Amino acid sequence: MYEDDIAAISTPPGEGGIAIVRLSGNGVIEKMNPLFRPRREGTSLAGRPSHTLTLGWIIDDRGEIIDEVLVGIMKCPRSYTGEDVVEINCHGGSLPARRCLERVLSAGFRLAEPGEFTRRAYLNGRLDISQAEAVIDIIRAKSDKGMRLAQQQLSGMNFSYIANLEDGLTRINAMIEASIDFPDEVGEPDYDEVEGRLQEILSKLDSLINAARRAEVYREGISIAICGKPNVGKSTLLNTLLRKEKAIVTEIPGTTRDVIEDYINVRGIPVKIMDTAGIRFTEDQVEKIGVERSREAIKAADLVLFLLDVETGITAEDREIFSQIHTQNIIVMVNKEDLIEKKIDETSLKGMFPGLPIIRGSAREEIGIDELEESIEKLVLSGQTGSDNLEIMVSTRQRSALERARQQVLDTRDGLREAPLDCLGVDLGGAMEALGEITGKNLKEEAIDRIFHDFCIGK
Amino acid sequence: MIYQAGNYDVVVIGAGHAGCEAALAAARMGCSTLMITLSIQHIALMPCNPSIGGPAKAQVVREIDALGGEMAVNIDKANIQIRMINTGKGPAVQALRAQADKEEYHREMLRTLEATPNLSILMAEVDRIETENGRISGVVTRTGARFGCQAVVITSGTYLKGRVIIGDVAFDSGPGNQIPPMRLSENLKELGIELGRFKTGTPPRIDSRTVDFSKMIEQPGDPQPLRFSFISPRNEREQLSCWLTRSNPETHRIVMENIERAPLFTGIIKGRGPRYCPSFEDKVVRFSHKDNHQLFVEPEGRRTNEMYVQGLNTSLPEDVQLQVLHSIAGLEHCRMIRTGYAIEYDYVVPSQLRLSLETRQVSGLFTAGQINGTSGYEEAAAQGIIAGINAALKAREKEPFILKRSEAFIGVMIDDLVTKENDEPYRLLTSRAEYRLLLRQDNADLRLTEKAHAIGLVTSQRWDIFREKKELLDRERARLQEEYVLPLDSRMAKFLADKDSAPLRDRISLWELLRRPEIKIEEYPALELMEEFDLDVMEQLELQAKYEGYIRKQEDQVRRFEKMEARKIPEDMNYDEVYGLAFEALQKLNAVRPASIGQASRIAGVNPADINILLVFLEKKRRK
Repeated sequence: MYEDDIAAISTPPGEGGIAIVRLSGNGVIEKMNPLFRPRREGTSLAGRPSHTLTLGWIIDDRGEIIDEVLVGIMKCPRSYTGEDVVEINCHGGSLPARRCLERVLSAGFRLAEPGEFTRRAYLNGRLDISQAEAVIDIIRAKSDKGMRLAQQQLSGMNFSYIANLEDGLTRINAMIEASIDFPDEVGEPDYDEVEGRLQEILSKLDSLINAARRAEVYREGISIAICGKPNVGKSTLLNTLLRKEKAIVTEIPGTTRDVIEDYINVRGIPVKIMDTAGIRFTEDQVEKIGVERSREAIKAADLVLFLLDVETGITAEDREIFSQIHTQNIIVMVNKEDLIEKKIDETSLKGMFPGLPIIRGSAREEIGIDELEESIEKLVLSGQTGSDNLEIMVSTRQRSALERARQQVLDTRDGLREAPLDCLGVDLGGAMEALGEITGKNLKEEAIDRIFHDFCIGK
Repeated sequence: MIYQAGNYDVVVIGAGHAGCEAALAAARMGCSTLMITLSIQHIALMPCNPSIGGPAKAQVVREIDALGGEMAVNIDKANIQIRMINTGKGPAVQALRAQADKEEYHREMLRTLEATPNLSILMAEVDRIETENGRISGVVTRTGARFGCQAVVITSGTYLKGRVIIGDVAFDSGPGNQIPPMRLSENLKELGIELGRFKTGTPPRIDSRTVDFSKMIEQPGDPQPLRFSFISPRNEREQLSCWLTRSNPETHRIVMENIERAPLFTGIIKGRGPRYCPSFEDKVVRFSHKDNHQLFVEPEGRRTNEMYVQGLNTSLPEDVQLQVLHSIAGLEHCRMIRTGYAIEYDYVVPSQLRLSLETRQVSGLFTAGQINGTSGYEEAAAQGIIAGINAALKAREKEPFILKRSEAFIGVMIDDLVTKENDEPYRLLTSRAEYRLLLRQDNADLRLTEKAHAIGLVTSQRWDIFREKKELLDRERARLQEEYVLPLDSRMAKFLADKDSAPLRDRISLWELLRRPEIKIEEYPALELMEEFDLDVMEQLELQAKYEGYIRKQEDQVRRFEKMEARKIPEDMNYDEVYGLAFEALQKLNAVRPASIGQASRIAGVNPADINILLVFLEKKRRK
């Protein structure tokens, strides 16, 4: 454990209007530079005064937007911990916050230990001396609870699977280290064998991470926003999916003036589904509010169902609305296929929505609904279906450790034919440390034991 | 009758590899120093293998040298073969290894000791250590001489209550039939020091005139001159070869047939032996699927017929040892000069020590070397120099000299010894060092010589050599980083083509270009510009350029590591007062008494929550 930059989701899990990812450490405001793009161009967080909010986007390493956020900065020492603190206000629900946290962790922040923000606050004189016991109680309680949870989760996990993974890593490490430390007795490791084993470990880690993501989807659900121009059939689709009357369905455009939410179950996945007001230019004040809310809902959604009307064809309004959707997870549904007049052909669809799943159906006649559900499931779990049928529940801490381990194994494999053995040890060692965080084992010590067990060493 | 025999700043008990370094360091730092040994003929004795160096150990020897110690200089004077091993495995794990002339090694070391001002040698056995109010006051020999002193370093190796075992024969003895001290152990226990018992062993020695070398594979030294010390002249000595042979199924049959007579299996041996140095019988039993084991036959010196059979360390009965030897190719008619044996001895449980190697029970009492449960000449010598330095600093009432895990293999070793539980003799491995890419043998001087200079351990000769090298290195690195070559440069283009290296597309610094694996610095055309041609500097530049990425990764790790090392825990810390610690953490912290939060976090059983709680507690104390 070090005095480095830490991060954690600071709001309680579950639904809320917003979720906050909090960062602490010296210089963390500057470290936000590659992660955060302010709305106002040419500005930077570091240049802003303390205790201000800045609107912008959390971006990934390719500059793609992860979430639109409000970032609060509190400069050292006027902050909760007494260090520089950044609070990222993400959209509600656990996924946006998780994605922001993951981005921050991938940029070198460490997940805070339970109670660590409070501990730092105390150490930096932000809390009264008499509060020491209270601080310790927080640390003790949070970490004991964390440990209990982790143990429960681990026991539910396929134990031999993890043990196998550890075994594979320590074995490779022992092969490398034995050849370094006992060159007279142990030859160079067989690189093909090492590569094969690394590959095996990688695919196991992938399965674990995917299973963890899948579990997350089933545990915490996803949110879907239905959007499209007025009268395209959003409410009808919502009703069909709900199979009960909840939204007001009329023929007059703009009837749905606010976001209507409900919860459904798509093939076992809990889904919060939102029917958004039609996004359009309007002078009606009430409707204006609804439009604004719809925009927010679309931003917060994990998946957007974009509806088209086969009767009107693809109009300028459709294009305008579509341009406001800033996610990759989009399913296009061509509605009202039961009507005779069809103004949308395959070629124009494929041209406008390259690579996106397209479904033709009718919300009213319940045509294509199965197909839609299948498509939702596929998209949400895309790339996340393991062949091992692993079922695991892991905490963010454990998943972040798994992901770090994966990255380091990847680095080891990539360096295998180029970097010398001692350098490979740097990456492999990192992977072992990360995996060790999950089970609490010191894998490096185990690898040393393994050297003596597996190799006949000694002069 | 006890009589006053004199006063010294520092008394060193023992004159093995730890004792020699301890005494030299203390004396060179200006302390009047007395070295007491059971036998002057056994000063710097190598009772086991005749070699120095190898992975991790070579790094340590270089570190001792960089600090101003003697081991590297001495093996440079006394080697019969020197090689660089692990050359293909990366810069951090390359290692020098030398075969020693044992007699010459002893003689050269003795000469150095005798020529060192402030240092006296005495042949005697120390029976007792005297203390006053928990602090060292003197030592008393068996013959009644009392020496007053400020600090004592015990470097008794495997001698304390030594017991040699060969088959069903066992007798009290140090290595090489030396008389073992029996009373000092009891005295240490009276001082409250906890002792444990370990075991180690050595193979038989044979007469070279009775060995048929034609049946073995020759292992010559490196043709190029190599040296351990940064200040030794280049080694131009004639090199002797070692010889490789193998055991065979017949050898293993003999072992198995007599296994019920092996003390390891009969239960005569109780001490725990090292897994990295198993006896031959242990290898045969545990790796029964192997039908042969490598054995190296190595000369013990230039002017002796004795040869060491590396790989055959054993405590089998003498008659079985002979049968085993005679079953091996080339040794069919060999004559055994010394019988292999196992030895059990008392050691000080090292978790009682501070990082300075001072015992927590007695102020001014230091222990170093195999007495601390380590193995290896290099590990011993490294502890010796640290204990010697700290004994001298103690005598002067100065702060201790401690090397961190991020600074030296020596730091890794001492931190491991003091912090972790060791249930076998400790040996350094490169894998024990988390920052080994930074702790290379080639940069030991850059890491440590300035530190040693600050405490007065570096001679002016060494200091001049070091400064010159560093200056040249800095200058040349700056030049390589600042000088650019253009794609138009025809000489460079030809050079790159010759090396099968991609042609330049843009201007590039010489430093950047040096990163390419196929480019070797000594072939660099730009080198002609170098004013002085220095092999060490070139090696250094090349490593720094080629491994910059990985080195940076490790430097980042070190920066984080050092933040927690810098958070000190006070000496008088009472862990029972700390509210909220888990029970196991409390026990372990009380046993180890770590010096910093960093060290505490390395103790098995102390969790992050406990560390956070400790931090809060320390802050509360500070603010009171």
